[in-house]
Amino acid sequence: MSMSSETGTKVRLGRKKVEESYNKFIRKKIRYIILFFVIVLVIAGIAVVLGCFPLSVSEVYSIILHGLSTETLGDESVWILRMPRIILALLVGFGLAAAGTMMQGVLKNPLASPFTLGIAAGAAFGASLALFLAEGAVVSEYLLVGCAFFFALIPTFVIMLLTHFRRATPETMVLAGIGMLYLFGAFQGLVQFISSPTTVQAAVIFGVGTLARASWAQVIPAGIVIICFIPLLMWKAWDVNILDAGDEAAESMGVNTARTRVIVMVITTILTAGLVCFTGPIGFIGLITPHICRMFLGGDNRFLIPVAGFFGAALLLGADTVARTVIAPESIPVGIVVSLIAGPLFLIMLLSKKGGYL
Amino acid sequence: MRLEIKDMEFGYANVTILKDVAMELAESEVLGLVGPNGAGKSTLIRCIDRIISPQKGSILVDGVDIKTMSSTARAKKIGYVPQGVAQAFPTTVFDTVLMGRRPHFGWWSRKEDNEKVLDMLELLNLEQFAMRGINELSGGQQQKVFIARALTQEADILLLDEPVSALDIRHQLEVLNVIRSVVKESGISVMISIHDLNLASRFTDRLLLMYNGTVFATGQSSSVLTHENIKQVYGVEANVSTHGGRNYIAPDKPVGEK
Repeated sequence: MSMSSETGTKVRLGRKKVEESYNKFIRKKIRYIILFFVIVLVIAGIAVVLGCFPLSVSEVYSIILHGLSTETLGDESVWILRMPRIILALLVGFGLAAAGTMMQGVLKNPLASPFTLGIAAGAAFGASLALFLAEGAVVSEYLLVGCAFFFALIPTFVIMLLTHFRRATPETMVLAGIGMLYLFGAFQGLVQFISSPTTVQAAVIFGVGTLARASWAQVIPAGIVIICFIPLLMWKAWDVNILDAGDEAAESMGVNTARTRVIVMVITTILTAGLVCFTGPIGFIGLITPHICRMFLGGDNRFLIPVAGFFGAALLLGADTVARTVIAPESIPVGIVVSLIAGPLFLIMLLSKKGGYL
Repeated sequence: MRLEIKDMEFGYANVTILKDVAMELAESEVLGLVGPNGAGKSTLIRCIDRIISPQKGSILVDGVDIKTMSSTARAKKIGYVPQGVAQAFPTTVFDTVLMGRRPHFGWWSRKEDNEKVLDMLELLNLEQFAMRGINELSGGQQQKVFIARALTQEADILLLDEPVSALDIRHQLEVLNVIRSVVKESGISVMISIHDLNLASRFTDRLLLMYNGTVFATGQSSSVLTHENIKQVYGVEANVSTHGGRNYIAPDKPVGEK
């Protein structure tokens, strides 16, 4: 009896109404992209004014409007110190968040991130090795970045090799990544064990992630990496949405699941390696930003990549601005500040969210 | 014939799962796939959609070997709803059904794709759930969403692997009725594996009884669901009764027990 009365009173939404609410749903997501883009601009606008060298707001903006120059100390402070650091923060934050989004999607695992898969551990080991090899002397930027980049690629290479012999299921890939994470952790421990205390400290700072070494020479390659690889991720976003329906269902809808997985893994790995080789692994961004954004945006990767990207950029820049101002002229490694801000934020969102996600 | 399988064989390493499988599926036909656990029902379905590749034999869809088709071309011919899948991330019902349009559009849905989704939501009576997360729906509603997704592919053949085994009797009837009415309206062919022999008998045009990786019997339920067949294939003594030309089963006891 209750059954029939329930179906009887059920409100039947018309076709038009469904169509309208879907269009509204899409427009809402587009508004989120714009909103977070504006937030990024605002934070960047504030960050550029803050710094140890005393400059007023109007001075900073007139220096920017006059174009790149290094004539005065003020010019140098804005154009050589602040600007590259801000832009690098934005690029790295965007890239890591986008890479984390797609890794979680492709591996169907909320714990997946460039870090769970050993990419960051590889980079950290590479940096430790470079610092050890240069022991005592100032380490060459090329050696450090090169080593970090090279070793960041190895875990994915090994995972790909493994999946050549076994089917590339998400579980195998995540487990193989965790294996690599521990392996590189051990290598790094070994190198640090035989390094001098100063080398170890430098390696630790790189290990938690820092933007203190930012320069235009880093911004340009990082920018190229973003411009090349983010569009590729966007191109695969729709197929990765479908992967979430399960591999067999995705195959039946015409998605080549194994190939999609490999392509996205390779893209995200190069993207991540091309960014963390400059800054060190800023661990939390790639893992947590996608989750925070999924909570209000939903799981559609076509929107999640830009929104999580801008959110990650804003988060990293905000954290770095805090990191370099609270105990100026010293700066805290930004990785620490990111975790201190994003950790509690994520926990609060988990507790306050409605609806059945996670 | 819409679907034609000849001498198909499939196995892993040294275990043969399917052997000498031959079957046909006609236009607007609902074929029920029955048989005990491990008889090869799911394996057969997965071979047809090339989730796995048989070692021998041929599978022809409208006379074309599916081996020669691209994955997109195949997806336009065959839709498939696998057994229970857990999604890792939240998706709305509308977006889930829209995924079925994957073989038809590249990256961004066109107006006509959204129209197709609306058609299916209307047909399966899912409009009121369109903007809800799929994880918020009951098992029966979810199953309808997955069927809607497969139907928006506009494939001629729909493969359903145990679509009702996790549902209560009301939802079982609803889902099976929906399938029947879609077949009647659009003329697609459906192959459905189903454990409940009585539902299979009631809702399908023809049955295919599998046993140990081979086709044991095929035909009307009156000729397939006989006392002797049930005994041999399932090892169960059952009382068979007939209603409107279809056989129904009341299982009694496992063979050999008192």
